[in-house]
Amino acid sequence: MTTFDILHETYSALSSNKVRSGLTMLGIIIGISSVIAMVSIGQGAQSSIQSSIQSIGSNLILVMPGAQRGPGAQVSAGRGSARTLTQADADAIVKGVTTAKAVAPELSGRYQVTSKGKNTNTSVIGTVQAYPDVRNITVDEGTFISDLNNKSLARVAVIGPTVRDDLFNAGIDPIGQTIRIKGTEFKIVGITKAKGGSGFGSQDDMVFIPLSTAQKFLAGDDYVSTISVQAADADSMSAVQQQITDLLLERHRIRDAASADFSTLNQSDIVAAASSVTSTFTILLAAVAGISLVVGGIGIMNMMLTTVTERTREIGLRKAIGAKRKDINTQFLVEAVMLTFISGVIGVILGWLISYAVSYFGVLQTSVSLSSILLAFGVSAAIGIVFGYYPARRAAMLNPIEALRYE
Amino acid sequence: MIEVKNVTKIYNSGDIEFKALKGVSFTVKDGEFVAIMGPSGSGKSTLMHILGALDTPTSGKYFLDGHDVSTLSDDRLAEIRRDKIGFVFQSFNLLPRTTVLRNVMLPLVYAGMPEEERVKKAKASLLAAGLPESHFHHLSNQLSGGQIQRVAIARALVNNPSLILADEPTGNLDSRTGEIVLGTFQKLNKDFGNTIILITHEPDVAEHADRIIVIKDGEIVEDKKHHTKRTARHYIPLNQT
Ligand SMILES: Nc1ncnc2c1ncn2[C@@H]1O[C@H](COP(=O)(O)OP(=O)(O)OP(=O)(O)O)[C@@H](O)[C@H]1O
Ligand SMILES: [Mg+2]
Repeated sequence: MTTFDILHETYSALSSNKVRSGLTMLGIIIGISSVIAMVSIGQGAQSSIQSSIQSIGSNLILVMPGAQRGPGAQVSAGRGSARTLTQADADAIVKGVTTAKAVAPELSGRYQVTSKGKNTNTSVIGTVQAYPDVRNITVDEGTFISDLNNKSLARVAVIGPTVRDDLFNAGIDPIGQTIRIKGTEFKIVGITKAKGGSGFGSQDDMVFIPLSTAQKFLAGDDYVSTISVQAADADSMSAVQQQITDLLLERHRIRDAASADFSTLNQSDIVAAASSVTSTFTILLAAVAGISLVVGGIGIMNMMLTTVTERTREIGLRKAIGAKRKDINTQFLVEAVMLTFISGVIGVILGWLISYAVSYFGVLQTSVSLSSILLAFGVSAAIGIVFGYYPARRAAMLNPIEALRYE
Repeated sequence: MIEVKNVTKIYNSGDIEFKALKGVSFTVKDGEFVAIMGPSGSGKSTLMHILGALDTPTSGKYFLDGHDVSTLSDDRLAEIRRDKIGFVFQSFNLLPRTTVLRNVMLPLVYAGMPEEERVKKAKASLLAAGLPESHFHHLSNQLSGGQIQRVAIARALVNNPSLILADEPTGNLDSRTGEIVLGTFQKLNKDFGNTIILITHEPDVAEHADRIIVIKDGEIVEDKKHHTKRTARHYIPLNQT
C-alpha cells in the first residue's frame, strides 16, 4: 500500500464519523493547548519575577534593620521599621568591607510631597551619590545627589518620572522648580529615567534627597533604613555578605548570630528562591495539563477500540482480499496518529492564542517556546502510537472468516 | 492445482458440535471449470472458504499448488489470496461508503499497483462483470442487489487470479446479466486457462461448467464430467495483460 492510499483510507474513515472524531480530538486539543498555555504562562511569570528582581540592581546585598529586642522584651517592632542601623554602621562597611564595590545607605519614608497647587504621597529616599550605580537607576535629566550635597546638607531633590507627572503639568520643566516635603523646600536638580515594571515597588514613584538632609530635616536622627552593598561580581557575593555580618555583629556587640538585630539579603538568594517557586508552579500547571492529555489519549484508545469492533466485517473483508497484518496495523495506527496529530496542530494554535491573549491583555508577558511546541507534537504523536497500538494490533490479528461473520 | 484430502470441518458453538464437512476428497487440475451443487446447509460455503485459504480444516489436508495451506503463515496466506485467488462471497461484502471503483481496486491497492494502472484494470473488470459505466462512481450502498453482485464479481476478477472461487455469483441476477457473467467465466477459463470453481443451486448455471460436484450433508455424493453448455453470445471482453 502506498502512503497516499493509507492517507486516503484514513481520511475516509475519520470523515465518515465526523462528530465522534471531533469529540475525541477535543480531548487531545484541550490537553495540548493547556500544556502549551500553562508552560508559557509559568515561564512568563518566572521571567517577570526575575526581571523585577534584577531591576533593583546587580550583585546586590541588602542590609536591613532586624527586630530590636531588649532583654526580656517580647514585643517586637516590625522588621525594617526597627532602628538598629546607623550612619556609623554604613561608614564602617565602606571602610571595613574592602571587597564591596559600592555602598549606598538610604533612609526611606513616605511623605506628602507638594508643588505649586499639586501634591502626592510618595516614598522619599535619602541617599548618597553611589545609589544610582548600586540600584540600577539612571538619571534622565539633570544630575543625581552628589557627595557635596550630602556634606552641605543641601536641600535638593531628584524625582522619578511618576512623581513628575503627578506634580507638574506637561510642558513645565521641573528642573529648578521647588517642592515641599514636611515643611522643607527642596530644589529639583534631576529626573530619573522611567524603568516601568512594578513588583518590588515602582522605582519611578520616588523622590531622592541627600541622606544627611533626610536625617536632619525629615527623621531627626541618624539611623538608616537600608544599606545596599554591591559586590564586585556574583562569585564574591557570599564572601561580602559574610564580612558585613561579622563586622556588624562585632559593632553591635552581639555574639550569637541568631539574635542579630539586622538582616542581610543576598540578591542571588532571592532570585534562586523565586525561580524555584515559579518553576515548581510551572511544573504543577504542566502536570495538571498533562493529566488532561492522558485522559485525551484514553479517549483516542476508546474510540479506536470502538472503531475496530464496528468495522470488524470490513477488516475481515480486507484480509480476505489480501491485506496483510501489517497493512491493517498501519491503517489503524495511522488513523490514531492522524487524530492526535491534527489535534496537536489545533492544540498548539489554541495554546498559542491563549498565551498571546494573556500577553495582549497585559496579565503577563508570555512567550511560547519552540521546545514546548516540539514537545507537544512529540507527545501527541506518541499518544497516538501508544493508545493506537493496542486497537490496531487487535484489528490486525483478526481471523478473516470469523471477522466476516461478525455481527 | 487443488488437492483436498479427507477434509473435515467441525463447528463448535457452545456444547453443540456440528460436522459441516465429513471427509471430503477431490482434486481440481489447473484450467478446470467446476460447479459445486447441493442443498442449502450442505457445506458448500464452508468448503469454499477452505479452498480460498480463508479458513482451515479441522482435519485432513488441503494443498494449493503443492503447498500445505495449514503450514503457511497468516501473511503468506494473505499474499496468496491477494495474488492468486479471486473470491466472490455469497454475501458479497463490499466496503461501505466507498465507491464502486475503489471497491474493485482494493486487491490491487494492497498489491501496491500504481493508481493509473489499477483504475484501468478495475474499469475493464467492471465491464466484464456487466456493470454499466454510469455506476462506477456510485457508493456501494447506492446499488441494487444485482449491481452489488456484479461489483463483487468484478473485484474477484480484477487481480487476474489463477483461481476464481464464486459462491452463488448469479443468484441475484436476471438471466441476461447472469449469462454475461457466466460467459466471462467461460472465456477466462477457455482462453486464459483460469481455474474456476463456482457454487450454484441452479442446474442451468451448473451446466456451464465442465464438471459438477454434488455435496449433501457434508459429503460428496456425485462427481461427474459434464458436456458444457456454451454461452459465447453475451460475453464482454476482459482486458487480459
Ligand atoms: N460459523 C459457524 N458455526 C456453526 N455452524 C456453522 C457455521 N458456519 C456454517 N455452519 C453450519 O454448517 C453448515 C453448512 O454451512 P454452509 O454455509 O457451508 O452451507 P451452504 O451449503 O453454503 O448453504 P447455502 O446453500 O444455504 O449457502 C450449516 O448447517 C450451518 O449451520
Ligand atoms: Mg453457502
